[in-house]
Amino acid sequence: MDNQTKIHIKNLNLHIGKQQILKDINVQIPKNKITVILGPSGCGKTTLLKSLNRLTDIYPDIKVEGSIEIDGQDILKVKKRDVTDIRKKMGLLSQRPYPLPMSIYKNITYGLKISGRRRKRFLNKRVEHYLKQASLWDEVKDRLKDPASALSIGQQQRLCLARGLAVDPEIILADEPTSALDPVSSQAIEEKFVELKERYTIVMVTHVLRQARRIADHVVFMYLGEVVEQGSAEEVFGNPKEERTKAYLRGAFN
Amino acid sequence: MRKFFKLLEERIFQGLMILATYGIAVVLFVIIISILIKGLPSLSWEMLSQTPKGGFYFGKEGGILNAIIGSLYLAFGSTLLALLIGLPVALYMNIHLLNRKKLVNTIRFLLDLLWGVPSIVYGAFGFSVMIFLGMRNSLLAGIITITLFIIPIMIRAIDEVLKSVPRGLLEASLSLGSTRSETAYRVFVKQCIPGIITAVLLAFGRGIGDAAAVLFTTGYTDYIPTSLSHPTASLPLAIFFQLSSPVPEVKDRAYASALVLTIIILVISILSRILSRRFQKTKINF
Repeated sequence: MDNQTKIHIKNLNLHIGKQQILKDINVQIPKNKITVILGPSGCGKTTLLKSLNRLTDIYPDIKVEGSIEIDGQDILKVKKRDVTDIRKKMGLLSQRPYPLPMSIYKNITYGLKISGRRRKRFLNKRVEHYLKQASLWDEVKDRLKDPASALSIGQQQRLCLARGLAVDPEIILADEPTSALDPVSSQAIEEKFVELKERYTIVMVTHVLRQARRIADHVVFMYLGEVVEQGSAEEVFGNPKEERTKAYLRGAFN
Repeated sequence: MRKFFKLLEERIFQGLMILATYGIAVVLFVIIISILIKGLPSLSWEMLSQTPKGGFYFGKEGGILNAIIGSLYLAFGSTLLALLIGLPVALYMNIHLLNRKKLVNTIRFLLDLLWGVPSIVYGAFGFSVMIFLGMRNSLLAGIITITLFIIPIMIRAIDEVLKSVPRGLLEASLSLGSTRSETAYRVFVKQCIPGIITAVLLAFGRGIGDAAAVLFTTGYTDYIPTSLSHPTASLPLAIFFQLSSPVPEVKDRAYASALVLTIIILVISILSRILSRRFQKTKINF
């Protein structure tokens, strides 16, 4: 494995009950790039993303086989009590924002406090820093004690981004992070991602082709639980090899 | 013609719903009014501030302070115990056992069965345990029996609230590196506080109003208990004994007792509503 690969998925098979959701997935996700997992609804994109930080553990009847190596460590073999360490390496943005039921300030400090950081001055600094990173600081600096529920959906999603960055991850997992947002908020998130890829490896799931074209460096195209094609954005969008990819790019299965 | 029948159908069902809604309101109103009419004349400061004189069965003098205090001790004690046991159980079922659907549904079924068991059965069970342990009628035995009786209510009521928390919130919290237990107490409890308050209220109301669970376990006394091992009076039994008294004045006092019990429940309900509203703001509406 070369230094440029952050996540290496090998022969991953995933069953829920008797149904096979992911079929023999082999994917390499490059470091400090935006990798977009693209495909029509129900093709297993979200499931693949969730298996990257072992969120598949909380669903019943799921069987995962194969390996997912992150920096060379197979996270599927990690013991249950160490799973939280794996998850800390990754921030998650979901389809709609799930702010925690507490104040804006506490949403950011939640992850830090859990890792034992409690000094007030340190926490204050971090809150400001990460809210600025998520371009939310100016909008909320005067009301940090307000509940997160008072924010708009777009602001909530940026809060979730800030909260995820605050635990100092290496990878950002995003599951259609803009699907519940208005165009302006969506654009803000996309711009943030392009900015953040210098320091983070970003994996984003989407079924919006235009969004993928806008920000992807690397593309993984999935269809019915299989990876059909993967490669750099220019290759996949410019010169697709597989018939199914071509059809999707023409808009045939949307 | 079809349109006419559609409209008729709509009208009939609307009428039925209105009838049922107002019907319930009227029944509630009649109950409260009749307790007020019968109870208010006998209700006096003396009744609220003194223990009975001349016995609870024949005494026309004194008050029911023993029963008021006894009932509050019983209800608060058992509600607190049931919450301390029930909340962790409900959280465990909904977070740690998330991928054990069959097990959780079995637990739910058993709890629903226990919910349906009449309180007199709990009373009899508590009584037999007391005899087995050589305990006497006491406040403690009453608290334990009521706790057993309201625990299924508490767990299932909290469980229903926790069930409605979207999985995304759990995923979000886990992704930030917290364990399941941290998620349970720091996130789920916060999100569900209004619902948990409702569950506590439900359990409290059942606990304070129940006569059968305490009938065999607490005994009855004219004195205010000063220790967990003392027997204690309670409002439901005060009403029961006063109503069965041959003396008309004592019978009237039963309605005053009922009024006091109703007022206590009303006050607790209003307080918990106010408390619940304060927490409603931090709750995320999904």
